Amino acid sequence: MDLNFLISMLDATLRLSTPLLLACLAGLYSERAGVFDIGLEGKMLMAAFAAAATAAVTGSAWAGLFVGMSVSVLTALLQGAAAISLKGNQLIAGVAINMLAAGLTTFLGQQWFRQGGRTPPVSGDARFSSIQLPFAAELRNVPVVGEIYSVIISGHSILVYVAFLMVPLTAWILFRTRFGLRLRAVGENPKAVDTAGISVRRLRYQAVLITGLLCGMAGAYFSIAQGAGFGNNMTAGKGFIALAALIFAKWRPVAAMFTCLLFGFLDALQIRLQSTPLPVLSDVPVQLIQALPYILTVVLLAGFIGKAVGPKAGGVPYTKER
Amino acid sequence: MSVLKPLPRWADVVLLPLLNLTLAFVVSGLVVLAIGQNPLHAMWAIATGAFGSGYNFGYTLYYATNFIFTGLAVALAAHAGLFNIGGNGQAYVAGLGVIAVALLLDGTHWIIVMPLAMLAAMLVGGIWAFIPGYLQAKRGSHVVITTIMFNFIAAALMVYMLNYVLKAPTGMAPESRMIAPDARMPRLAEFIDFFRHTPVNLSLFLAIALLVGVYYLIWHTKFGFALRTLGQNPTASRYAGFSNSKIIMIVMTMSGALAGLVAFNEVLGVQNRLVLDFVADAGFVGIAVALMGRNHPFGIGLAALLFGALYQGGNELQYVVPGLTREMVVIIQALVILFTGAMEGLFRPGLQFAFMLFTPEHKAEAMARESAGSES
Amino acid sequence: MTSEGTNAQRPETAAAKPGASDWAIELEKINKRFGPVHANKDIDLSVRRGTIHGIVGENGAGKSTLMSILYGFYNADSGTIKVNGAIQNITDSRHALALGIGMVHQHFMLVDNFTVLENIILGAEDSRILGTSLSRARSELGRLEKEYDLKVNPDALIEDISVGQQQRVEILKALYRGADILILDEPTGVLTPKEADDLFRVLRTLREQGKTVILITHKLREIMAITDAVSVMRQGEMVKTLETAKTNPEELAELMVGRRVLLRVEKGESHPGKPLLKITNLTVADDMGVVRVKDVSFAVRAGEIVGIAGVSGNGQTELLEAITGMRDQRAGDVIVNGHKLFLKGDDGASRARAAGLAHVPEDRQRMGLVTNFQAWENAILGYQNSAEYGGGLMLDGTAARAAATAQMQRFDVRPLNISLKTSLFSGGNQQKIVLAREIGRDPDVLIVGQPTRGVDIGAIEFIHNQIVKMRDAGKAILLVSVELDEIRSLADRILVMFDGQIVGEADPATATEGELGLMMAGISNREAAQ
Repeated sequence: MDLNFLISMLDATLRLSTPLLLACLAGLYSERAGVFDIGLEGKMLMAAFAAAATAAVTGSAWAGLFVGMSVSVLTALLQGAAAISLKGNQLIAGVAINMLAAGLTTFLGQQWFRQGGRTPPVSGDARFSSIQLPFAAELRNVPVVGEIYSVIISGHSILVYVAFLMVPLTAWILFRTRFGLRLRAVGENPKAVDTAGISVRRLRYQAVLITGLLCGMAGAYFSIAQGAGFGNNMTAGKGFIALAALIFAKWRPVAAMFTCLLFGFLDALQIRLQSTPLPVLSDVPVQLIQALPYILTVVLLAGFIGKAVGPKAGGVPYTKER
Repeated sequence: MSVLKPLPRWADVVLLPLLNLTLAFVVSGLVVLAIGQNPLHAMWAIATGAFGSGYNFGYTLYYATNFIFTGLAVALAAHAGLFNIGGNGQAYVAGLGVIAVALLLDGTHWIIVMPLAMLAAMLVGGIWAFIPGYLQAKRGSHVVITTIMFNFIAAALMVYMLNYVLKAPTGMAPESRMIAPDARMPRLAEFIDFFRHTPVNLSLFLAIALLVGVYYLIWHTKFGFALRTLGQNPTASRYAGFSNSKIIMIVMTMSGALAGLVAFNEVLGVQNRLVLDFVADAGFVGIAVALMGRNHPFGIGLAALLFGALYQGGNELQYVVPGLTREMVVIIQALVILFTGAMEGLFRPGLQFAFMLFTPEHKAEAMARESAGSES
Repeated sequence: MTSEGTNAQRPETAAAKPGASDWAIELEKINKRFGPVHANKDIDLSVRRGTIHGIVGENGAGKSTLMSILYGFYNADSGTIKVNGAIQNITDSRHALALGIGMVHQHFMLVDNFTVLENIILGAEDSRILGTSLSRARSELGRLEKEYDLKVNPDALIEDISVGQQQRVEILKALYRGADILILDEPTGVLTPKEADDLFRVLRTLREQGKTVILITHKLREIMAITDAVSVMRQGEMVKTLETAKTNPEELAELMVGRRVLLRVEKGESHPGKPLLKITNLTVADDMGVVRVKDVSFAVRAGEIVGIAGVSGNGQTELLEAITGMRDQRAGDVIVNGHKLFLKGDDGASRARAAGLAHVPEDRQRMGLVTNFQAWENAILGYQNSAEYGGGLMLDGTAARAAATAQMQRFDVRPLNISLKTSLFSGGNQQKIVLAREIGRDPDVLIVGQPTRGVDIGAIEFIHNQIVKMRDAGKAILLVSVELDEIRSLADRILVMFDGQIVGEADPATATEGELGLMMAGISNREAAQ
């Protein structure tokens, strides 16, 4: 394996990890607040469609991002209303959201654009193009360091940088602010928060709102940054990989980043293997690599390597009175 | 806190689901309106598409067969307090069992292949659900998350099997070779002209038998008593001497076996070979069916028929109302799950209140119930 | 739904009486209902500033509800609350905190994986940035620690420190929020005697510093040891408020229990035979791994009722659960009729039952019944595998229903409707369903926990008579109850449990309530007999 190969793999890893990371951090906010979210996939899909549709019509990627995030937030609030206010089953709410997204995006896509559920391709200003970081071109010829900077780090869309900046920001919010303290508390022991005179419901809605924003960004990334337009079911289960990553990272932001990078790398690897077999990995079926994130997560959940224990109050609607 | 009386049984099992279904239809109708079509027209198109002829009805029954299997799978687990969200994966891998039996017994008459393939489907589907069950019972991993993961692992496994192990030597597509005609499960059209050319087959009778069987299992066997006790109150279940961990494993295995029968219908009766994604989304429809049918086999039968009709009618929809596609059905289905499963709190309090207003004599009963649950 | 009771205004003369501002808390005509349960009826209570004021009462007397109202966790249906002489409408906990009222709940309101310091500032952070809040809290905590002598490591995780330490954190939490009035709900229930002593020392310090303490408990020893005044509650009503110095445990006990119809149980001499239930060296841990039953041995003979008395939380629950196979034993044996029970695994209860041991659990709704089941289904719960309910795999519903009808008739369960959902029966009738099931199969040994908890007077007598009948039929009965009266009138022999051990044995015919009370407080038999 030469250096060029490695660099291109890492470059692809970064691109493929970005939506995972955004969705994973999105799930982190909800689940840390005690609201289980298996509807990440659905919210991303909704946002991907809304973003692409808007970008295609307005020609503005930023408008697409805004609408995508808004739609995702509205979806998250619907899910939140079921899970928080109506004290419904959070898991079933997630299943419903995923299914609704699958149906609605394809249906509306066919209705509006008549291209079999696809949106028109977006390009130019309707898409987030790659950004060349300062001196990327100049440093290109500097061996190793320059190549790493100019190929791997530079040349991604703005959303990639935002996603990775969200990691320290999330860690800071979670562990260094009042909001983060309360958020973590409400996922562990909502009664403690309630007796301290803070509204459990308000905190959980805030968390769900952030989840919606980040899922929206992840969805928009699929359709108007990584891709150029929306295609049927284009999130392809990435929401569940993000969920797996969240569990694998034991609900911690920095660990989430590394897990998403690992899962993104596995994705890059299997894509690569489908086109050009590599000598070392020729005997490893691509499907095994595809399934690896899920297998690893199950093994972790079963407590064979460490133990993943989620927020204690997760999945349980909070009821104050008896 | 105000005390609302529990709803009368008929309202709980009939009125509330119907209200939720109506709401799902109304919201879907709004979507249809929003794109400038007439919702009533669309409804009529779905209805005639589903029941208009023997051909249409045959397809409706074929879909319903799958949904009965997955609906029962979800409901059986739900009675034990478990949410099996992995019906899709269990049904998918069960295809391996069916195809293995069918291809190994090449040239054997279907009367022999059929029962063996059925058992193989149940066995493989059961194993695929047993693992999450075991992990929940013995290692404390949440069955919801593991069954989700197992859906994806199943998908990867099947792509591998179809590409590298089962792929027909002559074919290009990732699918197994065809099952010999003699070994295929007969379609009803072979006996009844009414169902001409439709894929509905003998497995429909199995599905109906299982509706009865699961009903008996849940309400008329000792094991059913045990699993219901566990689902209602795990502490009482332990008090009654049941091993909760064993029940969890057995119920998950049974649930997976039920879901696995989708493969029996699809592989031996319809596709006659193993293909990619033959399950479609039957596992998830099962969730809607079980919720809608209130986890009761009778309700599941009706709900499966309803969703079978929606699926078949949805297929026909686009030919009748231009622009309306079968995704409309997925939307309805999602809304049904949302309203009956997750937003039950929407109608129930209002309905309870309405009932109390009109039946003051029930107040005493509500009182009795509350004082029974009192403590300070 | 309901809000009845008079909305009493305090007479103006009373408000204007001299020294009114001496009162930290004045409650007038507080009413609270949970559905049809009248948890607080016209409660009046005045607590003098700078004192420790005890509130005693049995379980369910309404103490915790009253304090939750004062703390704003529940809202009263009617009544007036005055804090430091001014009428307040306390809407939520935040409001109570602002008025200087802090509460230490029975179950701590702490986040287990947070540090002490994080728990202390939760909800009272003075900045959006955590670091600032934490460092300010750290210095404030240092001051509080010194002032009240409350040592605790601010950086320790809650899950790593002892229960006694956790309670200190709760107290510090309240003080950090500027609480002048501190409510403690059953604070010693979870503490070792040593920790309880430390707590009392802290409470005295608080009083010296001018704080007002309200102590909710059902332990009279604590009331006598530390309070200045004591109010007694019974069945949702305030019975009386007394100065501690001018009362004694006997008077308080009588007020707590009330002059209820003395429950006479008609029973003759017991004629004990051979031991049917033998417990040897039983040691049991609870779910948290804390050893709750320590090396306990005793026997129950045929034809006798052995009562286990004790303040709740001294290991009785775990003892019952271990004997009946509901909880994995740590060590020791349970021998029924000469056969050692194998109780490992999560289906130990089935083997205990097969050996002839019937179990009427302490908490019917949590354990002994599936409240969503129809009555007939609960009538076979635990005995579902018996051949009379169908051979093989099938459940013979007809036979089960017939058996249920017979059981319910024999025990006079009302309404006599085997298809009614069990939750719709009254507490007494639910208990009868359990008793009918457990007694109906003629077991050798009957284990009964709190047989009359939540049961109306009429049913109590019936239930007691059934238990005596069992005894007279030559069965061995082990009875656990927190109602001392019940133990004294039913048991032929009393074992007193304290801190996981049997600390003494008494003859109900001769032992006085005082002697038993001392034993229940952990003072041994011999000392008590002196």
